Amino acid sequence: MSTTTDALGPTSGNGAAARIAEVAAPGPTTDPHPPRGVVHDVWVVARRGLVHMKRQPEALSDATIQPIMFVLLFAYVFGGAIDVPGGGNYREFLMGGIMAQTIVFTSFGVAMSLANDRKNQAVDRFRSLPIAKGAVLGGHAVANLIKAFLPIAIMSVTGLIVGWRIRGSVVDAVAGYLLMVAFAFAMIWIGVLLGSVVRTPEGVQGIAFVALFPLTFVASTFVPVASMPGPLQVIAEWNPITTLSDALRELFGNPNTPTAAGDPWSIANPVAYTWLWIIGIVVVCAPLSVRLYNRSIAR
Amino acid sequence: MTSALAIEAHGLVKRYGPKTALAGVDIEVPTGTVTAVLGPNGAGKTTAVRILTTLADADEGTATVAGFDVRRHPNEVRRRIGLAAQDATVDPLLTGYENLVMIGELHQLSRSEAKRRARELLEQFSLVDAADRVTSGYSGGMRRRLDLAATLVARPQVLFLDEPTTGLDPRARNELWEVLDTLVGRGTTLLLTTQYLEEADRLADDIVVIDRGKIIARGDARSLKRQVGGDNIGITLADDDLLEAAAGLLASCTGHEPVVDRPLRTVTAPTTDGVAGLAAVANALAEAGIRVEDLSLRQPTLDEVFLTLTGQAIDHDENALEEAHS
Repeated sequence: MSTTTDALGPTSGNGAAARIAEVAAPGPTTDPHPPRGVVHDVWVVARRGLVHMKRQPEALSDATIQPIMFVLLFAYVFGGAIDVPGGGNYREFLMGGIMAQTIVFTSFGVAMSLANDRKNQAVDRFRSLPIAKGAVLGGHAVANLIKAFLPIAIMSVTGLIVGWRIRGSVVDAVAGYLLMVAFAFAMIWIGVLLGSVVRTPEGVQGIAFVALFPLTFVASTFVPVASMPGPLQVIAEWNPITTLSDALRELFGNPNTPTAAGDPWSIANPVAYTWLWIIGIVVVCAPLSVRLYNRSIAR
Repeated sequence: MTSALAIEAHGLVKRYGPKTALAGVDIEVPTGTVTAVLGPNGAGKTTAVRILTTLADADEGTATVAGFDVRRHPNEVRRRIGLAAQDATVDPLLTGYENLVMIGELHQLSRSEAKRRARELLEQFSLVDAADRVTSGYSGGMRRRLDLAATLVARPQVLFLDEPTTGLDPRARNELWEVLDTLVGRGTTLLLTTQYLEEADRLADDIVVIDRGKIIARGDARSLKRQVGGDNIGITLADDDLLEAAAGLLASCTGHEPVVDRPLRTVTAPTTDGVAGLAAVANALAEAGIRVEDLSLRQPTLDEVFLTLTGQAIDHDENALEEAHS
């Protein structure tokens, strides 16, 4: 390959080696730099993640274009055929579901970043540097949490355009957005878990398509669970994506599946049930994911 | 701060499933010197580097780098080393400048210091023009340069280079060697892996020959070459009628039975006399009036070294193991 001719560059001549040594050799005063702490390291890695997003807008499509597409598809194509049981505007029913689905895809983004790190051997590069323990995963988490704000904002604006409104109190609305951010945070650790088990970007895409994507449909995301056949209905009723959708509808004062006396606890208390999942994932799944991931890269 | 040995490893064993990548390896590298780990693909070179640079844990054995145990104080080791892996590991979505700044910051430099270092290194590695381009558009050579620059960001005391010249053309390779010479001259300790005896000979104070996870020979280049029978004198004849005559002449000059390759019209025999041996052969050929197309003194290839040391050719089927790391 002719491109490898320039090991030290076209202008390197006899003096080049000496000059490089001048700037790169350990001096008598070269003491290693003291650690700046985990927050510093996390932020450095997170900044890299944010630059990645800026440079690769197509990889953001799952958080930007896709939800808009879904809003338009369901609002204008399928929406007419779907009845909200308690009555009310389907487009307003829809928004809570699409917001929930989009938040769940945060995990996909994390798993993709981790798989790309493996592919580009960034994993080894990071591991050969004196970084605080957990800073690399922490950096990915922070970057992806920031990234999660983008679809939340896009969804809100798209929703407003198609007729969705926040009809509840300000306090409830704030609680709704807080719930989304917290769920996104929990999803990060599901993404780390995915990234520990599935090691290539292609594999992550495959898993997202056969597992994550269907899971967001076996829920009250787009249709009321009452319309599903028996066993599927049970899964949907306990699926946290259902309760996240319902919780958002409840908090935003949008049309929701009416609850009846015989409903399972999850359906009757969507906000509490969703928070339990968030806490469960962060407390149980996060440490496990981190351990699994660390084991998967130490070879 | 500095001990006599920059790298000290004893009895390193590493298994990947049923495969034993390292089967008890000892390496000692005095501070400020160069050691080359020489071996074919799959011999365990990369595994050894991974253990010494804290990327992998050894199943058995101990290792100390820059005075710190790699298992107990990995971050102390990481602060003092630079590692250039076999494939350049620069971030493809960041610019060259951003890559170096990030690595500087992760080496715990302040942001302004990291920026200053990045600019300094980009200039010295002639990457200023490409500094603000993302590295996915870099040529292979540029990416390698940036990778080496990244390795040097924190002025490492101990430098690990895994097959640094693989894929470089001769001029680029010579330039890299020159840089390494000057770095070592200024106190950097260097451990590199290579498949080329020539490279080991050129750079290293000590050479460790490794095969199938075991060290099969070690020493400086001279003693090693003595072990493998020194250089080879090769004669290529203009016409093959005189092959036997040339072979007889070479045998009497070197005291070794030459290898005759009739289709290539060459005769080859080992010599321990270096250039003097070559001169003697040249004189003898001239006196006998044998016309020669090429007469050369060359170092044995890795294949020949292994043939001599192990009695068998390199087992090229084991290539898979080093690949399995990534």
